[in-house]
This record gives sequence, structure tokens and C-alpha cells, in this order.
Amino acid sequence: MTHLLSAEHLGRDDAVAILDTAEELKRTLLHREVRKLPTLRGRTVVTMFYENSTRTRVSFEIAGKWMSADVINVSASGSSVSKGESLRDTAATLAAAGADCVIVRHPASGAPQRIAGWLDGVSVINAGDGMHEHPTQALLDAATLRERLGGLEGRRVLIVGDVLHSRVARSNVHLLRTLGAEVTLVAPPTMLPDGMDRWLDEAEVPVSYDLDAELPGTDAVMMLRVQAERLGGGGDSSAGFFPSTREYSISYGLSEARARLLPEHAVILHPGPMLRGMEIASSVADAQNSVITEQVRNGVHVRMAVLYHLLASEETK
Amino acid sequence: MSSLFKGVRPYGEDPVDIRVEGEVITEIGTGLEPGEAQVYERDGLVALPGFVDLHTHLREPGREDTETIESGSAAAALGGYTAVFAMANTDPVADNDLVVEHVHRRGQAVGLVDVQPIGAVTVGLRGERLAELGAMARSSAGVRVFSDDGHCVADPLVMRRALEYSKGLGAVIAQHAEEPRLTVGAQAHEGANAARLGLAGWPAAAEEVILARDCLLAGQLGARLHACHVTTEGGADVLRWAKARGVEVSGEVTPHHLLLTDERLAGYDPVNKVNPPLREGSDVRALREALAEGVLDCVATDHAPHAVQDKDCEWSGARPGMLGLQTALSVVVETMVRTGLLDWRGVARVMSERPAEIGGLAGHGRPIAVGEPANLVLLDESAEWTVRASELASIAHNSPYDGMRLPGTVVTTVLRGTVTADEGKLA
Repeated sequence: MTHLLSAEHLGRDDAVAILDTAEELKRTLLHREVRKLPTLRGRTVVTMFYENSTRTRVSFEIAGKWMSADVINVSASGSSVSKGESLRDTAATLAAAGADCVIVRHPASGAPQRIAGWLDGVSVINAGDGMHEHPTQALLDAATLRERLGGLEGRRVLIVGDVLHSRVARSNVHLLRTLGAEVTLVAPPTMLPDGMDRWLDEAEVPVSYDLDAELPGTDAVMMLRVQAERLGGGGDSSAGFFPSTREYSISYGLSEARARLLPEHAVILHPGPMLRGMEIASSVADAQNSVITEQVRNGVHVRMAVLYHLLASEETK
Repeated sequence: MSSLFKGVRPYGEDPVDIRVEGEVITEIGTGLEPGEAQVYERDGLVALPGFVDLHTHLREPGREDTETIESGSAAAALGGYTAVFAMANTDPVADNDLVVEHVHRRGQAVGLVDVQPIGAVTVGLRGERLAELGAMARSSAGVRVFSDDGHCVADPLVMRRALEYSKGLGAVIAQHAEEPRLTVGAQAHEGANAARLGLAGWPAAAEEVILARDCLLAGQLGARLHACHVTTEGGADVLRWAKARGVEVSGEVTPHHLLLTDERLAGYDPVNKVNPPLREGSDVRALREALAEGVLDCVATDHAPHAVQDKDCEWSGARPGMLGLQTALSVVVETMVRTGLLDWRGVARVMSERPAEIGGLAGHGRPIAVGEPANLVLLDESAEWTVRASELASIAHNSPYDGMRLPGTVVTTVLRGTVTADEGKLA
């Protein structure tokens, strides 16, 4: 593996290898006082974030540091980016300055793919591109599900919410199916891409508008974040994708009553940041079967594993 | 000055010699004596009336770093064109007689191709109030086509007024059909590929609703409407329906929409970004059939040069548009001739005769016959070539066909008796 650009193009063997490494790293580091491995000493990792995202950036930064890589953070404000430098020039500059790996978060779908095409000998990790993909999120979700459900083969996972705009949904649809899970999408029709039926075979990825009907018999439910500006009642002139936050919450929010429809063993995921009381009830987010904090913890180990597979030399592997 | 083109096949039919004296075809026959004439041995080449492009962006004034009237004229001549209609979205906008006269004069000074300016429909392309269409029509440029291309004249009342007003000028309104409320932030054809790639969708219906609306308006008002770059199966169906009702509507299709689909977006290379976007295979098939049938009247390039920095970036930051003048013939040969959908008479119709008629350009799109203006293109239907974007005459290099092998080459272009391009070079 040279880059991690999408879950769609991540093969089963590579995905399993990353998850196995993450599990091993987690086990190794669990009871250690000093959680630092020497594996990537001397390697330079740069995070290039064109969107604010404290959680993802920090997770990558910690992952890099625990692997002993030198981690440098570049944010779109406070760098030449804000002076209008092109993406290509910024990427080329970071590569020339010695980056071994760039981790890219960008509002434009496909930006990390472009950078991977421009740079030679530098690994590119997609940390979320527009509405396209967020592969490390899907990997950490898969790691969490594997841990809690004992595996993914044949498991039924619901992805609920704004699928249209969600890179988390796109990455999970691909990765979870690669790993043998059955994925069902639950969303209002306005929050599903037109052309859905030709993108994903309906027989393989069923779509439902009715959350209550889907919850019994599911092994995991993944609630997507709903951005308030997508909903009606906002000040801008764009038509909302949904009449109101209240109606969204009533129709698609994971309330306490809804959570009770889940089988006992089922787990609840959320990529964060959560809007408590909107897409998920506060008590549900904090319940026994919620794995939201575990997702964050696993995020670090999964990202360590990704860095390891992309950057570790053959001798250190 | 006289020239003798020997052994050419008008419309791909029997070989003849064509004698041109001054600006006119004076003799057609076999075994013509050269006399004083310069002889061009062109055995077996297909002779067609010089191509006419209803939709070219020459970028001058404003973006001379990407194309000038001179470089664009060169690309046109090398592509077999003898006339191009220059779109109004320059900087300053061609929304007044001064700019259109300037563009027209520059075209004449360069002299490689007739540059016929298109005037803006509304001031500054803003879609709010009509530009001085009459002043542009009466200017020395004699504007007969008005378009806000790049922007849709979206306000139905403004469009109604434009259609109505243009009747008095004998002009046509060329609409860029794109309902702006349905394409906010749109990045790609709305469908399976946009869904997979996470690109905001540009729905086919956004084109079709405007086409339907404007056909109904033109029908009621008895005005002439031209549909720029029709890209969808539904759009072609709307035109078919309107024509059957007797609406005076014409439509164009671009070479790229005849050949390329949104499958090409997978790598996010903005060389494939264009507005309206590349559509699906079913649209491509429908557009080819509509062109063969005459529902779509002509091929127009929508030649749109862009600087490297406006393409060599992330998808959503890139400008939409592609080069087209030097590759149009080859794409038509590939998609329409080799498939048996058009014969050479048909190619003459869609690349020369109909666009000249629609644009009101006398002297172009005329038959190859004695007494007619000598605007000709001679082409080799059996030759193939590999497109090299950097070798095209345009200043910009944004050709989606770079590296592609295509059939059909332009050998010689003749503008009013003068050879403008010959064997791949300007004459």
C-alpha cells in the first residue's frame, strides 16, 4: 500500500491487515505507562487540514507521535493556503520540505486523489474529502464493531441519516461490505443521492425510510451527524432537505424508545461530533451499548496501524 | 489568384477537380488544366463546405493568457472551420456595440476565419435587464445571435422579453439551459457516478425544464430559440416535441457530449469538468440519434480554453470547459460517420450548413458548386492521429482527448479562396 485514499478501493486483505495491526497495537499499549513505539522514528508526517476538525486531526497527531514519527500540523488558516496558494503548490512544498506522508482533510471531493497524483514518493492519507470518503473513520468503525460483535461476517449494520452529504456513510458502505457485513441505509429520500439505485445494487444495500422497522434484528446502528444548515428554517435561501430539526428528530433520531427496539447485543455508533437531543438522545449516547467513546479510542490505534502499513520500512515491520 | 484542388470528393462522392478564382468556385470537373492556378494534389480527400462553429469561447478581451482571437482563429482554421461565433462572456462582456465591433474587427485583421461575435442577452450576463441588442445588431459586427452562455437567462419574464424583442432584429436567442436553483453548487451529472464520488449533482431535469419552458415561450411568441449544448436524452425529446409542434427551435450538441461520459470522472481530473457536465451512456446514444435525425441541428464545440492553474487543482475549484476546435471533426467521424449514423452530406449539414443558417451567416455553409463562395475543408477520412494537447494551436491545453487516437484529419482549409491551413500548419 502506498496511499489510503478510499475504502472503496481498499481490498479485503489490506483492510484485515490494518485491523489486525490496530488490535495488536491496542493490546500492546493497553497497560503500558509509556505508550510510544519506535517504529516510525525519523519519518515525517504532515497533516494538511483545509477544514476544521479537532478530533480527526488530534487522533492522527497522537497516532503519529505514539509511533515516534515527527508530526507537523498545517492548517488552512495561518499558512500560505490562506494567501491563495494552490493545493498543488502547497502539497509540492510540503513534499519538497521532506514529508514522508501527508494526511489531507479537504472540502473538495477528490482532493487527496489529486495530491496523490501530483506527488512522487509521498504517501497520502485521506482524512475526509468533501462528500466522498473518510476511510480511517470506516476502519475505526470496523475495528470497534469487530471488537464488540466478535466479527463482521453476516452482521447487519444500519447507517442512519444524511447519507447524501456523508463521507462517513460512503466509506462505511464499502468497507463494511468488504468485510462481510450487510449494510442497510436509513434516510429520508432527500438525504439519499439520486442515482443511488445505480450506484449500489438495491439487493446488496437496501434502503429504508422507516427507522422503527429496521431496528429490531440489527446488530449495530450508526447514527450520522446531521448538519443543522441542511435542515429547514435556516436563514439562507437554499431549500432545506428536511422541514425542521424537530421533525428530523421525531422521524430519524435515536430516542430512548427507539433504542429499546434494538436487540440486547446491538451496539450504537456515532462518528461525532454529536448533536445530543437531535439525531441521538443524550441518554442513548451514554448508554451501556453505546460505543462512541470506544470509537475514538480505536481511532488512534487504527491510524497508527495505517501509518505503520504505509510508512514502516520492511526491516522494522 | 487561383487554385486548383485536384481529385477531391465533394461530400465523399465522385472525385473531381475544383477551380477557385478569387473568392469563388469557378469550375468543377475532371481533368481540369492548371493554367496559372496553384495546384493542390488532393486525391481522394473528402471536400465539404468550411465548418461553422456556433459556440466558441475566444477569451479576448479578458483572458488572453488562455486564448486570443489570433490563437483561437488558428485553432479554428486547423480544425477545418471557416467561421466561428465568439461567445459574449468575455471581460468586458460583449453586451454593447463597442465590444462586438472590436471582436469582429480583430477577427478580420487576423483573417484566418470569420469571427462573428455573439452579443450578450442581458447586461453583464446578469440576467436582469436586456442588453442593447438593437445597437449590436445594427453595429458593423451585424450581431444576429444573442446568448448569456455560461449563465442561463433564468428569469422567465426576461427570457420572454428577449425572445420577443429579438424577432424585430431577425435574431435568435441561444439559451444555456440550466435552472440555477436546481444546480446550486453542482459539480457533476447527477447519477450513479456523482453519488459514488460524492460530487454535488447537476440533474438532467435542470436542463430539460428550461428547454421546455423556452420552447413553449418561443412557440407562443413566434420567436426563434436556439438551445446551446443539449446534453440529455430528455432534452433531445423536448426539442423533438417542440419541433413537431412547429416551434422555431434549433439545437446543438458538443463533440464531447457525443463521445465522453461521466465514467471519466473517476480520477477527479478537472480536464473532464465541463458545464453542462458529461452525462451517461444512454444520453450519448440519444444525442447521436437526435443529431442523425435532425432533432439536433448541428455540432458546436463549446471550445473553452482554461489556464493550467484553473484546471490543475481540486475538482470543485476548477473552471468548467474543454478545448474543441481542432478535435471536433475527428470526434464526429468517430461517433457519427464510423457508426453509420451520418454520411458526408450529413456531416456538411451539421457542421456547416445548419450552423450558418441558424446564425444568419450568408456566404458560409453554401453548396460546393460553381459560383458559390470558396469556403472549403478537405479532409482525410482514413487517416488517424494521436491528440497531443500541448501541440494544439490554442494557448491553453485543456483537451480531454490528450493521448487519444482519433480518426479523420483536416488537410486543407480554404476561406474565400485563400488557403488558411494546409497539412497541419497555418498557410
